[in-house]
Amino acid sequence: MHKLGRDVFLILVPVVAAFALLPSVYSNQLLLFNFIIFIVLAQGVNVIYGFTGYLPFGYVGFFGAGAYGFSLMVLHLQAPPFLAIVVGASAALVLALMLTPLFRLSGAYFSIANLAAALAVLQIVANPNLEDYTRGPYGISLSGVFNPRLAYAAALAVLAATLFIVIFLRHSKFGLALQAIREDTISAGMAGINVVRERVIAWLLSALIAGLAGSVFAWYASVFYPETVFSGEFTIFAIVFALFGGTATVVGPILGVVILYGIYNAVGISTPQYFQLIYGALIVGLVLFLPNGLVSLVRRWGIDVP
Amino acid sequence: MLTYTLLAGLLFGLYFTLIGLGLNLVFGVMRIVNLAHGDFLMLGAFLAFWLFSLFAINPIPTIPVAFIVFLLVGFPLYYLIVPRLLRAKDPEMLSFILFFGLSQVIQALATILWGTSERSIPGGQLGRAVAAILSFVTGRTVENGPVDIFGQSFPAAWVASGIASGIGVLLVYWYLYRTKLGYLTRAVMVSRDEAIASGIDVDRISAIAFGFGLGLAAVAGVFAPFLLGSITPAMGAEVTITSFAVIVIGSLGNPLGTLLGGLVYGISYMFMQSYYSSWANLLPYLLLIAVLLLRPSGLLGRQTRRA
Repeated sequence: MHKLGRDVFLILVPVVAAFALLPSVYSNQLLLFNFIIFIVLAQGVNVIYGFTGYLPFGYVGFFGAGAYGFSLMVLHLQAPPFLAIVVGASAALVLALMLTPLFRLSGAYFSIANLAAALAVLQIVANPNLEDYTRGPYGISLSGVFNPRLAYAAALAVLAATLFIVIFLRHSKFGLALQAIREDTISAGMAGINVVRERVIAWLLSALIAGLAGSVFAWYASVFYPETVFSGEFTIFAIVFALFGGTATVVGPILGVVILYGIYNAVGISTPQYFQLIYGALIVGLVLFLPNGLVSLVRRWGIDVP
Repeated sequence: MLTYTLLAGLLFGLYFTLIGLGLNLVFGVMRIVNLAHGDFLMLGAFLAFWLFSLFAINPIPTIPVAFIVFLLVGFPLYYLIVPRLLRAKDPEMLSFILFFGLSQVIQALATILWGTSERSIPGGQLGRAVAAILSFVTGRTVENGPVDIFGQSFPAAWVASGIASGIGVLLVYWYLYRTKLGYLTRAVMVSRDEAIASGIDVDRISAIAFGFGLGLAAVAGVFAPFLLGSITPAMGAEVTITSFAVIVIGSLGNPLGTLLGGLVYGISYMFMQSYYSSWANLLPYLLLIAVLLLRPSGLLGRQTRRA
């Protein structure tokens, strides 16, 4: 367990402190906020893909469920934001529970079904017939609770919680059990691991992380459309960032976000198609030549990467 | 209304079969997931569009051109990526990510080249070609215009696309079940290892199947402007999902299943359009999830897909 404490002090505390202090020296708080959201999402993908091998191609569904759970509480019940965040996270958990039967599917089928599920949720939320409940395609406006400072603080808390979960997985028996399941399901089951239960717990954790991120995002943005919070780009970016850095590690996804999302902000916003070209080519290159991400380069020299 | 919906569903079902067939062929032979399938279809659609708007070439003669061009693109692409991929630990999952990357590259290049605006080919063009062919075959003058089937009137472009898709599907079955190469292809589908052991040049068969897969996608793309509405570089993702719904409903790796899946999909799509149009877009996703959960091996499949 001393490794857990080491990583909390060497990774979690510095990263959270950096994002807490940066707004006082760097004025673009929105950009910092987006960095936080993507680190959280990339780590959420890491929890389910890195540790169990299931690629959640509809991961954004949980993010959107969180955002809409939060917004509907605020809109219809005038709930205080912190209560609404709890509801948003619960909405993501409920969706994840509904999707647990998908674990009967293997590999690519799971990913496709998950993607279909996320798109189905988007189609339902954005349907004009449900305008009275979800505002349909016309989007949400939460001007009543708009408070970027507090929302940013909430995002920091979510970031800290997420990093703690991943550090815990990295150094606990539970995380080891998940990786054993990923490598060889049958042997893991023989060794006394409850395969179904552990997988579902990882899935719920991963959904919880996205739901929290979605709630905080809804609070910070306060005006958005269904296509914004269910945009496939969240899934794709989170997956690419996590893969690029290296999954099943704590620092991999953080590195991925800092480097790639940094590049994205330098070249991507004005000309998104060039960034799309770069990351598309990057994915192809990664799968063919560096399937374990940047950290595997360091690992080759025999250094253990947390 | 009912007859109309059924017949329109049949026409669209044949087209959806054509869309799914290439994807299923690639999956069946190589056990890899071509997530860029919809993007190759998009490229085929743009090929038809440019040939028409630059040289006024009718979409019908574009069909063989599209097939051959993409068949030829398929071979080098296969040797570049697939053998390396198949040696990896979990090719199915890795292929999923890799082809996703490829799809992004294609989409980005198409956006850089052609921009994001929506394009279309006038629907009458396809009807005109078909009318000309019919006039030539029957020796009478056939007017270009809506076609009547069982007292229902359909746009000529739909009928032409449906018939052409049907012919395409028949050709693929002829290839798979009546030729030597098709026989070998089915052997590789059943068991790659045993095919290698019995001396089949698996790489060659797979490369051909891969090329056919892309070629079929491109041919389906030629009809896309008429059946799927206007074309954009970003249209691929949605098409990929649709084709997955089609082949999953049938069953992965089984070409006959694709026909069943396409027809089920097309007919239920048309029923949704006619009776609950605002929810019609939900259909592919729900159908996909429902079939995966209730009958994971598809309607015509064997038990292969359990984790």
